[in-house]
Amino acid sequence: MLTIENLTASYGAITALHGISLEVGEGELVALLGSNGAGKSTTLKSICGLLRPGQGTIRFLGEDIAGRAPEVILKKGISMVPEGREIFGGLTVEENLRLGAFTSYQRDRYRTDLDEMFALFPILKERFTQAGGLLSGGEQQMLAIARALMSHPKLLMLDEPSLGLSPTMTDSIFELISDLRDRGTTILLVEQNAERALEIVDRAYLLTTGSIEFSGTPDELKRRVDIASVYFGGEDDGTCEVRL
Amino acid sequence: MIDLEFMINTVSLGSLYALLSLGLVFVYGILKLVNFAYGEYLMVAGYAMYVLGTFTGVPWYATLVLAVLTAALVSYLTELVAFRPVRTKSLTAMLVTSFAVSVFLQNVVLITISSRSRAVRFPSFFSQTITLGDATVPLRNLMIIAITIILLTALTLVMKKTVLGMAMRAAADRFTTTRLMGVPANLVISAAFLISGTLAGVVSIFWVSRSASVDPLIGMAPLLIAFIATVMGGMHSLVGAVIGGFVYGLLFNVLSITLPASLISYRDAFMFVIVILFLLFRPEGIWKGGYTEERVG
Repeated sequence: MLTIENLTASYGAITALHGISLEVGEGELVALLGSNGAGKSTTLKSICGLLRPGQGTIRFLGEDIAGRAPEVILKKGISMVPEGREIFGGLTVEENLRLGAFTSYQRDRYRTDLDEMFALFPILKERFTQAGGLLSGGEQQMLAIARALMSHPKLLMLDEPSLGLSPTMTDSIFELISDLRDRGTTILLVEQNAERALEIVDRAYLLTTGSIEFSGTPDELKRRVDIASVYFGGEDDGTCEVRL
Repeated sequence: MIDLEFMINTVSLGSLYALLSLGLVFVYGILKLVNFAYGEYLMVAGYAMYVLGTFTGVPWYATLVLAVLTAALVSYLTELVAFRPVRTKSLTAMLVTSFAVSVFLQNVVLITISSRSRAVRFPSFFSQTITLGDATVPLRNLMIIAITIILLTALTLVMKKTVLGMAMRAAADRFTTTRLMGVPANLVISAAFLISGTLAGVVSIFWVSRSASVDPLIGMAPLLIAFIATVMGGMHSLVGAVIGGFVYGLLFNVLSITLPASLISYRDAFMFVIVILFLLFRPEGIWKGGYTEERVG
């Protein structure tokens, strides 16, 4: 579904991605793991159009989408839940969801979509008319995910969905992500909480300082990589130890 | 001294300034740009009234509508031609561009029409006064209040009830995330400039009708008022802009009647002192908006 080849990206003079390649197949739940500054968010931003990549290709359903505008890429079927949730605090929950359906709005389908979101996130129904900024962190994360789902994405990307959430809330979010996968959504997940992510994903890529260090199934990864080193940013040179 | 006449005139002046500030903040909210060409949209509408009223047989109501549309169109075009190409560059580039647009528009009328002021014709009821009880007020002032009520209601409905309005509020809050929803950046920005120009056009009708003349530099005073009013009211929300406009009108009229005759010509200086006090002690303005300072990239 999504194929990235030799992608580079930089912020001014600083290169954040040194030619990475990765793939997400239809129906898969894939994680991008790595420490702070490894290039996980940069990868997601390049895919969804927030960052213009340098070289390389990003193919989505056969079409090269590298460098297109975010609003164009959303229409192609890629929806992103940004890091830090990015809820529109001054807008109500209802309005947040309505904007999520900006490109896909159809009057009759919109009602059923809302009902579906209420089934997934009952709290959103209770808070429907409240300002998004009044929700708790976990509720905001749910709203952010629901908002992204309103566009009926073919690929859902989540950037650090567990960041700043309580352990209980983190559990519910991870449970939800794996539910979404079971319902057929293709998901690319960026997480610092590698241990938790590996419990639910099909495959994972390990990024260190802008390159892919390792990729494989959770079992392979656990066998060959010291997961703790992923948390703490790896060795002194910033790489993680990979046992071959 | 605080009688009905004072109240009507103050509300009227406040209404005019509220519309003026609102037009400036619509663009500021989304682009974080203080558009120094804003006063020129008002000037352009003034010249549209002059040209249509002097050289054509267009009826007065059509002239007024066309003048407002001209301001909206010019505002939209400046966004398209001048601001859009530099939008992803620095904020300084945008600011300098807005000065350039301002000077350019002034010089267009300077070259094509004249540097001297031109008389603009208004229907006679613009200068009539009416008596309400013991108050005698210009009919114009009551029209300003009525039009402000209509426009504020319409804008509130647009911003609250339409998807475009929601998208504009969202974009003023988090521009990048709004694009992630599939909202085209150009759409919300163009809409903001259109609304901004429309408001400048409406204000222009009443601004120009006070002296019934227009000159190339007529936009400077309203730009300054809009800027001061938004600093007082709060640059980060539409509500703040409206409050700022009314507060400006109130302070100005209170100063007008309380200052001794020898100081009345320093009225503007007093307004600047008030602005400085705001900048020192409440830089966010009277109404704290929830908007974040995100630049459009």
